[in-house]
Amino acid sequence: MSPALNVVGRSVARSDGIGHVTGRTQYTTDHVFPGMLHLKIVRSPAHHARIRHIDLSEAERVPGFVRALTYRDVPHNVYTILGLIGVEPEEEFVLAEDRLRYKGEPIVAIVAESEEAALDAVARVKLDLEELPAVFDVEEALKPGAPIVTHWGNNTFMYEGHPCRRVRFGDVEEAFARADHIVEGVYDTKPIEHAAIETTACIAVPEANGRYTVYTNSQAVYFSLDNTAIILQIPGNRLHFVGGTVGGGFGGKVDVIVEPLATLAAIKTNRPVKYAYSRSEEMQVSSTRSAWRIYVKDGVTRDGHIIARKVTSYADSGAYSRQTPYALTKHAANAAGPYAIPNVSIDAYCVYTNRVPSSAMRGFGITMASFAIEVQMDKIAELVGLDPWSIRFINAYRDGDVKPHRKVVEDATLIETMQAAAALVGHDLPAEFRTMTSAPRHAGEE
Amino acid sequence: MKLRGTGVAAVNYPTGMNLGGDPSQALIHATTSGTFVVSLSSTDLGQGHRTVIGQIAAEALGVAMEDVIVDTADTDTGPHDMGTFASRATHRVGNAVIAAALEVREALLDVAAEELEAARTDLEFDGQGNLMVRGAPARSLKIADIASAAQFKYGKTIAGRGAFMKPKSPVDPETGAMDPDSTEAHACTVAEVEVDTETGEVKVLSIRSAYEVGRQVNPALVKGQIVGGAWMGMSHALYETTAPYYPDPGHAPKDFSEYLMPGAHEIPQIECVVLEYPSSNGPYGVKGVGEMTANSPIPAIVNAIYHATGVRIDELPVTPELILRGLDAKRRAALVAPAADTTATAGR
Repeated sequence: MSPALNVVGRSVARSDGIGHVTGRTQYTTDHVFPGMLHLKIVRSPAHHARIRHIDLSEAERVPGFVRALTYRDVPHNVYTILGLIGVEPEEEFVLAEDRLRYKGEPIVAIVAESEEAALDAVARVKLDLEELPAVFDVEEALKPGAPIVTHWGNNTFMYEGHPCRRVRFGDVEEAFARADHIVEGVYDTKPIEHAAIETTACIAVPEANGRYTVYTNSQAVYFSLDNTAIILQIPGNRLHFVGGTVGGGFGGKVDVIVEPLATLAAIKTNRPVKYAYSRSEEMQVSSTRSAWRIYVKDGVTRDGHIIARKVTSYADSGAYSRQTPYALTKHAANAAGPYAIPNVSIDAYCVYTNRVPSSAMRGFGITMASFAIEVQMDKIAELVGLDPWSIRFINAYRDGDVKPHRKVVEDATLIETMQAAAALVGHDLPAEFRTMTSAPRHAGEE
Repeated sequence: MKLRGTGVAAVNYPTGMNLGGDPSQALIHATTSGTFVVSLSSTDLGQGHRTVIGQIAAEALGVAMEDVIVDTADTDTGPHDMGTFASRATHRVGNAVIAAALEVREALLDVAAEELEAARTDLEFDGQGNLMVRGAPARSLKIADIASAAQFKYGKTIAGRGAFMKPKSPVDPETGAMDPDSTEAHACTVAEVEVDTETGEVKVLSIRSAYEVGRQVNPALVKGQIVGGAWMGMSHALYETTAPYYPDPGHAPKDFSEYLMPGAHEIPQIECVVLEYPSSNGPYGVKGVGEMTANSPIPAIVNAIYHATGVRIDELPVTPELILRGLDAKRRAALVAPAADTTATAGR
């Protein structure tokens, strides 16, 4: 710690710690309002289907039923979360219109006097569906004749005219031709849930002045407010979003899902409306981390230098893209990892399937790249007869190196971090790695 | 038989994400008692954001932590913020808070110069809640008294505005040239595992890591991220999925009785050291530690399983079934060609 600093660098007690351990911290659903209604969702039981007819008549007779909302009630029903920063096209349905693209997709919102009444009414909605062929695998989804999930005719997100986010650096094929070894790997990861302690929730409260206060555990209250204003086509100044301490996010609370419908229901009923995910909704219909399939091909010299890397990655976005296109871009910028590789080619595809949409999660595009690269490093080490430490020191990036996405490295400390880890576990490094630094290379130094 | 192995993994992590521009803003004002209220729309996810921002504000204002109130996540009172994600909050909001504190200090200097009848340029903050004439400690005022005088004697506000934004970086669609992040943090993890060859179960014995995260604002909270992330990484590596038979979407778990995660008795020894190489663009050199802590434990564990068993597994999570199938394949290969390399690949 710098001696010039007073408070920064000290382990001061966290300001909310006492509240957390004594149960006094107020979370979103700790707010209770007189006359509060409960919103529950009729969800698609099919992975892919056309809606023939929806019969609400029995649901409407449930005691405590207040009203149902369908897509006809949503002023701007087709949106894209990242539309706020210019990402196109609008594609996700707040409430389904004629087609269902994943199991769990919202169709009708039921507002009732109690949670029990809302769930009872949801169970009594009759759906007449025509099931359609569905696709669940990223590479199957790209084959000719695969069921098409999107409304634009193929199953990839388009990046400025390309079906994938591309990185092109140096000449990969030329380097493969002169490499001593080619090391190939295919890495697969399954979708996972954020599993935060607090489930996604909000309560929308109509105020006397015509505004709506929305208590939410969003990770980004302005992002949620601005998207809600677009979906409901109301001026942003009629919305007041209030967050607080969130019981864990990990990227699971950056999708704007509950706030628009709860606010719409508050507008339509002029009563406070709570929309909180149950644990099973959180597990089964909230966004997951994408499943990934990553093909890595490395060209390596006999002394262990990686001179070329080609990566083809597929992230399973599910039925809608949410934040996934952005994760692929971050992935593409980092698929070479913390290593200096002079020839790199990356194609990163955001693929649509009939799966629950995936979205942001801790490590956004990087976690799975790190998994693939670091297992690959061990395979290379074994092939050229080096230990797992040496292969990483030999290839580590240094200040002044240029990453494949043309960014000059200016804060490399991989070497120093590995030295500290070796010291922590009592692993003796040879002198050449013990004295290595991340300082810029001399002219001509490998 | 129980086999032990050790695996290594080293990672970088790019913090921040500005492909759409990435602004955070902060406002600070003084109350009558000389307390400083930091108003943000940024959210605390439980990681201790409020505490860390309070520390940065106190440091930049030159006052005690107790004299800072951090008000978060209110769109009526807090200025715009993109949100808490991308390991951005301490870096972005911290920079915005420092900028706001600089304006506050200017306002304090204006009032103190009048109160002390001294030139503004002769005044200095002592970092302990006082403003004084340089070289003359007797001519000193408490910041709380300056704030009070500003309001009741001079009719002035003591307030500051701060913003930080890394501008939007367009991506070249042909080459991928882009500048999508602010700085790189680093980690290196060594994992030790014990694999039961009869059941395929993996017991993680230890996860030991070095981290380099720029400046640590609060070392205890950094350690909290590292320990929590080690657990999450171990959970990704060995336990979790919402689609156990992916790509088949069936058998999706409904709750924590069906969605496996390691419990308290499965948590290994977790140790860390933290290096500080301050970044050029973060508040006091912060890089950020939010997301990256789950990353290096995953390949470190998978590499340790290979070291222990000779079974290469290229998919997650690494279930006992995958390990047993890998061991079977290895045995079969040994029977067919006993002299050959018996390294097997499970899964694919």
